[in-house]
Amino acid sequence: MQSYADIAKGDVLLSVKDVSLSFGGVKAIQGVSFDIRKGEVRAIIGPNGAGKTSMLNVINGFYHPQAGEIMFKGIRRPKMKPYEAASGGIARTFQNVALFKGMTTLDNIMAGRSLKMNVGLFWQMLRFGPAEREEVIHRRRVEEIIDFLEIQAIRKTPVGKLPYGLQKRVELGRALAMEPELLLLDEPMAGMNLEEKEDMCRFILDVREQFGTTIALIEHDMGVVMDLSDRVVVLDYGRKIADGVPDVVKADKTVIDAYLGVAH
Amino acid sequence: MSDATLPAAPAFKMTPGRWTLLGFVAFALLIVALVSTGTIRRGDFLYNVFADPFVSMVDLPDLLVQTLWEGLVAGVLYALIALGFVLIFKASGVFNFAQGIMVVFAALSLVGIYEILTLRLGFPPGFVAAILSLFGAIGVMFVLAVVVERVVLRPLVNQHEIIMLMATVGLTYFLIGFGEYVFGGNPKVMITSQLGLPTGSSTFNILGGRVSIQHLDVAAAVIATIMIAALAFFFQYTRIGRALRAVADSHKAALSVGISLNQIWVIVWFTAGIVALVTGIMWGARSDVSFALEIIALKALPVLIIGGFTSIPGAIIGGLIIGVGEKIGEFYWGPLFGGGIESWLAYIIALGVLMFRPQGLFGEKIIERI
Repeated sequence: MQSYADIAKGDVLLSVKDVSLSFGGVKAIQGVSFDIRKGEVRAIIGPNGAGKTSMLNVINGFYHPQAGEIMFKGIRRPKMKPYEAASGGIARTFQNVALFKGMTTLDNIMAGRSLKMNVGLFWQMLRFGPAEREEVIHRRRVEEIIDFLEIQAIRKTPVGKLPYGLQKRVELGRALAMEPELLLLDEPMAGMNLEEKEDMCRFILDVREQFGTTIALIEHDMGVVMDLSDRVVVLDYGRKIADGVPDVVKADKTVIDAYLGVAH
Repeated sequence: MSDATLPAAPAFKMTPGRWTLLGFVAFALLIVALVSTGTIRRGDFLYNVFADPFVSMVDLPDLLVQTLWEGLVAGVLYALIALGFVLIFKASGVFNFAQGIMVVFAALSLVGIYEILTLRLGFPPGFVAAILSLFGAIGVMFVLAVVVERVVLRPLVNQHEIIMLMATVGLTYFLIGFGEYVFGGNPKVMITSQLGLPTGSSTFNILGGRVSIQHLDVAAAVIATIMIAALAFFFQYTRIGRALRAVADSHKAALSVGISLNQIWVIVWFTAGIVALVTGIMWGARSDVSFALEIIALKALPVLIIGGFTSIPGAIIGGLIIGVGEKIGEFYWGPLFGGGIESWLAYIIALGVLMFRPQGLFGEKIIERI
């Protein structure tokens, strides 16, 4: 495990500066700044409607903020399409699992390799030669991920038939297949039971350890957040109200007020 | 869908489908009983409707084979048209009203380019010119796919389905107008023999009679089969096929793994264009190439209803059911109605399927929790 001191002097992988995003009159994010350093687990927390998911959508290119700037790997990022974010090394999972329901676990994770595979349409049509060799190489990599996530048994099952906890795991697998530098997890443990949560925690820590992936996650379970993350940023009504190591954030007066409500 | 965790198969239960089947069997037995006891006789209305067609099927098996064959050939072509619809519907959720006109447009491009090549540019008419124009027509379909993606799909992304449908209705009229402007409004003759497609027919003596088979129909069936198999293979086992299925399932998840929707849409529309071209050649070879062909698109609707809008096997099976059902119905029951039932029977068959399986035979069952 890296200590906080290591991370504090680590390179900044992604930084968000004064980002504001609104939908019509609704201000989802207002002037939020924070950074994510290489190799850390960065939690984004906050009450419902605080703008956490909007923040992930901004980072991954689904939303374009009206103001502010985003630096990724030291380069100032203009309006970026999800496709460009993905090829730049940002992978994500979704709050309400977004898998390819009709496809098998294997195909779902293979779909995560789409960007790594680049044999052209011509060979794809014929499906032998380069296309087949490429398929084999990437299938090997996908099998490693399947082993890593311990989902060998459901390799050929259409994911729509899987229980929720396993679907979340397949979704993580698909994101991992992209070999991302930055992995965004939107409530990876939502709706899971204790055992599934513990499994997921272990996978998240293992991902960081084995692949050196930087992780930003949104989570509501405070126990999980405090255990997993190196640093926590707290949003409330679209504004940043706290940022720091878990212990400091946990004791912060504004954070407690935001969660428990405060008498005015 | 059965629950995988159940230890044993569920006990036998009378489902509505099974009741229906039982009803049919009981009814058939009743008719057999009535006929054999002489209660209804030749010439009675009931006999004409329920007994006579089956008697003639058994009595003249060669005619039955001929009818079945014609039904299968028509069915394969219906399946091809439906396939074009399914491809686009799966990948973009758009019901492409313009698929019918794309068939005409593709066929017109092919014949039109051939005419330009041979009449204006002085190419010798024949196989080489035909193949060149085939590539030309493929190119036209590619350009069409790119333009549709740029001009229609991209600005309307995430709009309501009905808006997309109206956009394709607009596309239909644009293509009609554009096609008439460029290629003229007169019916054209398909360059069947120049493309190397067989034209004759063979007659076989089987089952005490003669069955005549058009070579072109055989070619149509073979080409359609190869194409459908190739498409299914492409969808199932390649990266781009996987990406197509991924887009069909979830747009945002596809975006998040870096699949470009724009690129996929071009590929899908291009594939549907190729399917349209093949359909256009086959249909055009049996009649003229004219905008009247457009109405065959309406025949695809019952096929889609039977097969389900999202299923490729459904499109094939649905096409065959409609094709065979139509021909058998027309031949054996048509005279009772004074003939011409082919034009509406397909819709009645589809209606029958809708009553029992609203999602179609292979469609996704949509269950919404409330």
